[in-house]
Amino acid sequence: MIVKEELTTPPPASEERFPVGPANVGASGVPAETFVLNLGPQHPATHGVLRVKMTMDGEYIVRAEPVCGYIHRMQEKMGENRTYAQYLPNTSRIDYLSAMTYTHAFVGAVERAAKIQPPPRAEYIRVITSELNRISSHLVWWGAFLLDLGGFTPLLYAFDDREKILDLLESITGARLTYCYYRVGGLCNDVDDAFLKGTREFVAQMRPRLKMYKALVTDNIILRKRLIDIGPISAELCRKYGATGPVIRGSGVGYDVRKAEPYSAYPEFDFEIPTFKEGDSMARYLVRMEEIVQSLRIIEQALDKLPAGPVMADKVPRVLKLPAGDYCYSVEAARGRFMVRIVSDNREIPYRVKLRTPCLSNLSLFEEASKGMLLADALAVMGSLDLVIPDIDR
Amino acid sequence: MQNLSDHLAQGWHFVQSLWPEPLRLILFVAGIVAFVGANAAYLVWVERKGAGRFQRRPGPNEVGPAGLLQPVVDGLKLMSKQLIVPAGVDRVLFRGAPLLVMAPVLMSLAVVPFSASLAARNINVGLLMVFAFGSINVMAVMLGGWASRNKYAVISSARMVSQNVAYEIPMLLVVITMVMLTGTMNLNEIVQQQAGWFWHWNLFDWKHNPLAPVTFLIFYICMLAETNRAPFDMAEAESELVAGAYTEYAGMGFGVFFMAEYANILLGCSLATVLFLGGWQSPFGVLSGLVWFLAKMYFLIFTVVWIRWTFPRTQFYGLLNLSWKILIPVSLFTLVLSSALMKLLP
Amino acid sequence: MSEAGPVKNVETSQAAPTAVTRPNPLAHLALPFQAVDYAVKGYHVEAAVPPEQVVAAAEMLDREGFALDTITGVDWLADKQMEVVYDFFHPTKGLRVVVRTRISRDKPEIATISTVFPGANWHERETHDFFGIRFLGHPDLTPFLLPEDATYHPLRKDFAG
Repeated sequence: MIVKEELTTPPPASEERFPVGPANVGASGVPAETFVLNLGPQHPATHGVLRVKMTMDGEYIVRAEPVCGYIHRMQEKMGENRTYAQYLPNTSRIDYLSAMTYTHAFVGAVERAAKIQPPPRAEYIRVITSELNRISSHLVWWGAFLLDLGGFTPLLYAFDDREKILDLLESITGARLTYCYYRVGGLCNDVDDAFLKGTREFVAQMRPRLKMYKALVTDNIILRKRLIDIGPISAELCRKYGATGPVIRGSGVGYDVRKAEPYSAYPEFDFEIPTFKEGDSMARYLVRMEEIVQSLRIIEQALDKLPAGPVMADKVPRVLKLPAGDYCYSVEAARGRFMVRIVSDNREIPYRVKLRTPCLSNLSLFEEASKGMLLADALAVMGSLDLVIPDIDR
Repeated sequence: MQNLSDHLAQGWHFVQSLWPEPLRLILFVAGIVAFVGANAAYLVWVERKGAGRFQRRPGPNEVGPAGLLQPVVDGLKLMSKQLIVPAGVDRVLFRGAPLLVMAPVLMSLAVVPFSASLAARNINVGLLMVFAFGSINVMAVMLGGWASRNKYAVISSARMVSQNVAYEIPMLLVVITMVMLTGTMNLNEIVQQQAGWFWHWNLFDWKHNPLAPVTFLIFYICMLAETNRAPFDMAEAESELVAGAYTEYAGMGFGVFFMAEYANILLGCSLATVLFLGGWQSPFGVLSGLVWFLAKMYFLIFTVVWIRWTFPRTQFYGLLNLSWKILIPVSLFTLVLSSALMKLLP
Repeated sequence: MSEAGPVKNVETSQAAPTAVTRPNPLAHLALPFQAVDYAVKGYHVEAAVPPEQVVAAAEMLDREGFALDTITGVDWLADKQMEVVYDFFHPTKGLRVVVRTRISRDKPEIATISTVFPGANWHERETHDFFGIRFLGHPDLTPFLLPEDATYHPLRKDFAG
């Protein structure tokens, strides 16, 4: 019994009493009184300190302008006065939810420039830990997204699963959130059998949990009404703004850096890129849920094929000096395409570190996509974009 | 000495002259206020424990055994906070809104029969009185939001008013159906008509109202919407509007709104019990009384808590669409169907 | 010069990235796009263009179906120039293109490409924040990450904190 409702027009403004100027045209084309509603920077639904200046016409958004910079830490400047090894912890803190993948990009860029090839065991473990990180990031997104929509319980179920991942990763890296596990040339230490056994157990118990999440949440009619046909983003809009990750994959374009520019050990594994063509919030939701399934698949294959050997390349110089020039490395982070560009002038400190973060491009299309939307829908769309504000502000 | 005993005797005669009315009434109202107060406080505990268990965590368990002193401590905390009245608000409305929210519930509970002998007032139009007072509640929340001089609060109040108006209609249609079926608006008589085994309850009276479960479901959904409970809690949608109409209230002002919400749930569930589930009648026909009323009412309250922690929130227009496009036609249909059947099968 | 040298991986099952330069897929375009060794640099094609041709380059790439990745600057203090680097990626072909241009450091101005790629809006604001490069024709060149009243440009090499 899903009722397809048309958005009701807002009541006509009382122009006789309040004369409106030509600029004051509301979402429906009717001259309206608009007011400015400030969402944030302290707000439960913006995941981080993001301020969105919304010009509203009743409940409709006339213009939603994100204002960023509240957590700007100048990570790129920090890259200019730290050595390559000293900058590694910074990379974890850009997007703290997928810290492994960000460190991977930076380490990969340095390895690419210095022509250091990490041993295969290191590459496989990098893939395993990156995919575990992707799953934990998607679980946080899922819980927080449903929290925005008013369902309080899935967050705790997701955190229950995530706790297992965090325990696993803590046992090898020592950190629960901001890992600094990769080094230039490999990893800082090897994994032990307890980790491998624990990861297998986690994969085995996560699959039935996903089925439960589907039955309890994804198939819930209230959630479906909240997400289906809400916030359509076309593939062309994604292209113009450079949006990547689940945003573009939910709009029908199967762009994933793991397949487009294969890196690390990903060519070894057999996995699919979930793509949905509807472009609405439900499509982006389903992309991420399917990605968890695919990540479990990759982890299983990596565990099965894990080669023995060292985890650190030999002959990695203590003091790294990259040859002059610029080098890029792109990875598929949980939120999209993350790229590091290092410009080096043959010193041990980079000349310039550029961080291309996915959330900035993903959020930049929000202003155009949200014109004429209702406030509740706009928040659902923002949640489906999966924003981590320190990623935008760096 | 003589004077003292004379005075005492005079005093005792005076007290005796106050019985039965109005002293009985005062005692009942005091009892109701105490009952509502204790329930509002401990329903918070039920909610938090229930939420905890649904979310696979223990819920409050530090303060007192199993966290039973938590509401007491929370109440003390709220009372110790400074009652901030923001600059520029409408002082009278801002202060008066919490009072207006609590009062109608207490009045409505005065006519609900808790057992054969426990009804504060046995009014012939008890049902009408309950719904008349219920509308004041909406107005009070609206005033609270309006008086707060806060954009979020105003948006929330506007939403609340349209939601409540939309859901009053199917609720009243359902209640009219029940009044028609039972032939009376006196809540005590409605309960007495449902004497016997549980198939005598109005929920199972399928001869005249084959859609009785649907009717009950509509009443239940409308009750959730009227009390602004999830999944219909758009008005205080925390993740969108901070605390909605209650944003600017601090300390006990907020506490009173909170208590009123639980009191409303109490009222709604007790009405559902009286109208559909036989009130204080036992399901086995014997040993009826207060215990059965409380059992049924608390069971319904538990389902209300359960639903809150299970479902996400609807969108605002989805909520209104549900009422205007689905619930109202269905309740009109049951009304017509019941009246037709009552005419055809007397 | 780093003397890391190639690491011997005798038991590897994956091939080390081979130094193969793909044929230039954008050779048909008017601007001087050149193929680059992806394994070394991380992108496939680059072009160094004068600043006046940046908008034309963006339009060409837009027609080819590229998406804007990012825009950034590099402050070459010694050369008294600033380099503006435009990164593009192709969503279906997986190509990466870099367009570079150099402008004078004393008066760093360049035309905006936000008419071609609306996503450039924020990237150019950020580049302006960090380097002081003025993008002519930009609809709203106000500070994006720095405070609204900021007049300094932190990523310049002569910025003294």
